[in-house]
Amino acid sequence: MSDPISSVSHLDLDESKKTFLDADELILNMGPQHPATHGVLRVILRLDGEKVLGLECVIGYLHRGVEKIAEHRTYTMFNPYVDRMDYVAAVSNGLGYCEAVEKLLNVEAPPRANYIRVILAELNRMASHQLWLGTHALDIGAMTPLFYTFRDREEILKIFEKYCGARLTTHAFRIGGCQYETYEGFEKDVKKFIAFVAPKIDEYEELLTTNRIWVERTKKVGVISAQDCIAFGVTGPVLRASGVQWDIRKAQPYAAYARFDFEVPTGQNGDTYDRYLVRMAEMRQSLRIIQQAVDSIPEGPIMAKVSKVLKPPVGEIYHSIEAPKGELGYFIVSDGSTQPYRVRVRPPSFVNLQALDLMCRGQLIADVIAVIGTLDIVLGEVDR
Amino acid sequence: MAEETKSPAPTPPEEQKQPAAEQSAAAAQAAGTTPVAPSPPGAAEKPAAAPPKPAAPAKPAGPLPTAWDSPMVAKLKRQFGSGMEALTYLGQNYLEVDRSLIPNILQMLRDEEQFDYCVDITAVHYPKRDRQFDIIWILYCFARNERMRVKTQIADGEHIPSAVSIWPTANWLEREAYDMFGLQFDGHPDLKRILLPDGWKGHPLRKDYGIIQQDQEWVQINLGIESGQ
Repeated sequence: MSDPISSVSHLDLDESKKTFLDADELILNMGPQHPATHGVLRVILRLDGEKVLGLECVIGYLHRGVEKIAEHRTYTMFNPYVDRMDYVAAVSNGLGYCEAVEKLLNVEAPPRANYIRVILAELNRMASHQLWLGTHALDIGAMTPLFYTFRDREEILKIFEKYCGARLTTHAFRIGGCQYETYEGFEKDVKKFIAFVAPKIDEYEELLTTNRIWVERTKKVGVISAQDCIAFGVTGPVLRASGVQWDIRKAQPYAAYARFDFEVPTGQNGDTYDRYLVRMAEMRQSLRIIQQAVDSIPEGPIMAKVSKVLKPPVGEIYHSIEAPKGELGYFIVSDGSTQPYRVRVRPPSFVNLQALDLMCRGQLIADVIAVIGTLDIVLGEVDR
Repeated sequence: MAEETKSPAPTPPEEQKQPAAEQSAAAAQAAGTTPVAPSPPGAAEKPAAAPPKPAAPAKPAGPLPTAWDSPMVAKLKRQFGSGMEALTYLGQNYLEVDRSLIPNILQMLRDEEQFDYCVDITAVHYPKRDRQFDIIWILYCFARNERMRVKTQIADGEHIPSAVSIWPTANWLEREAYDMFGLQFDGHPDLKRILLPDGWKGHPLRKDYGIIQQDQEWVQINLGIESGQ
């Protein structure tokens, strides 16, 4: 496809045949530096007045060649790099990578490590959803939720900081378990956080769920059917909001998820409003999981016996986890050396973003903003 | 951190318990007779060179892929005959199929076996091999909660049919494979670069592309700097 920009560069408003208002089709560039694109995403919109006829995403502005870097680092050295993909859910990235390498090495993290992993991963899911809610609402014009969610997310980041010293790119886990034992008072902090944040989620809902502006801006906006979700490989809350009750934590449990009782919330309409409700419900389910995990966290070692120099046997593995944004998969090929022969990251944001065109067709420009927000993409992960 | 080292050793998987000699013999057999076994680059060409390494018997190689049997595999074998092999490695099933069976086998997996979700399409480059590229389709079936992979090998420059008509999600995934490896997918509606800039030369995930290599010319023209390094 030729660059659509060149087709409008000669657009002359004085030309009688092509007056601005009668123009059938207008090409508009959104981004790459646009506050509502959550990073550097360029969207080329094909418009008929305010209506979107189609769009094309131009991505890659944040491409850092993570998969190439992996081939030149040892398994252990590559571990911190994965945190930089989906930087608002670094714990999940690390969890997926560590588990994939563990599978390849045929070792299993000890139960206590798995519980710590679940607690941190669920806290991170909360943090990711809170960040999503704040920015998504801000895009749509509701400024208040941003302050609420960032205030509460701070508490999660404080726990991360006390646990491993970092707030965002945590590098919390190691291949074989966790490097750090929980700090003195960790369980108390987590329990305090649960008690603190549970009413706050009600507060967010009070602000938005029945707010007429919010409902008008999100209901029937960016609708995607379950069939389309599956065809486009869309996963995570977006898939569930379209009515498919599928969550890897349930379908193919990893870490310690099989031990906990939780529900997988779904929606029916597959619109922006349902996706909002699904994520709100997910936050509550995350709290349930965290509560069960801290209540029953076993004693014991936090590191499985793995050698200092990791040399997984020749072979390939695909392992995926339910990241806050959807299915995050790692396909790792080992040639028996200390460095992976190939690491492929299957990023949920990248695959989900592909459905943006489908979800925005026939909608208004303002809805494109809402749909980008509701897809919950992180460009660091899209571009890797 | 004394606590960590005290952790009990995980019970070794059964495969690792077998005597080392038997293990390396099996490894040699696998490397020598079945070129489809996942092997390091170069191992397929010179099977004799790999196993006699002094370190090999001391550190047993991991589990080996075993045959994968299921009604679906039997059905596929009836339909497609000898051009495919069904294997299991670490509990994960995959098919190694002949290039000529693509896309029929993919179409059939979706239409008849309900693999309705194409998780990922990616490639691996083995420069020392005759057919340099492994292409991998990772599939998932919602109805049976089943995951599998399809793998094929192609030579450099050889084309492969696009899967966009089977799973629309293949669109960007194939574009990325094209961008990173230079693979040509026939029938793709819009095969162009996706992560790298349009005019970029070279495909970075090929093994012969250095990690600090860049398209010097592109950088100079488009960024106005001498080098991006």
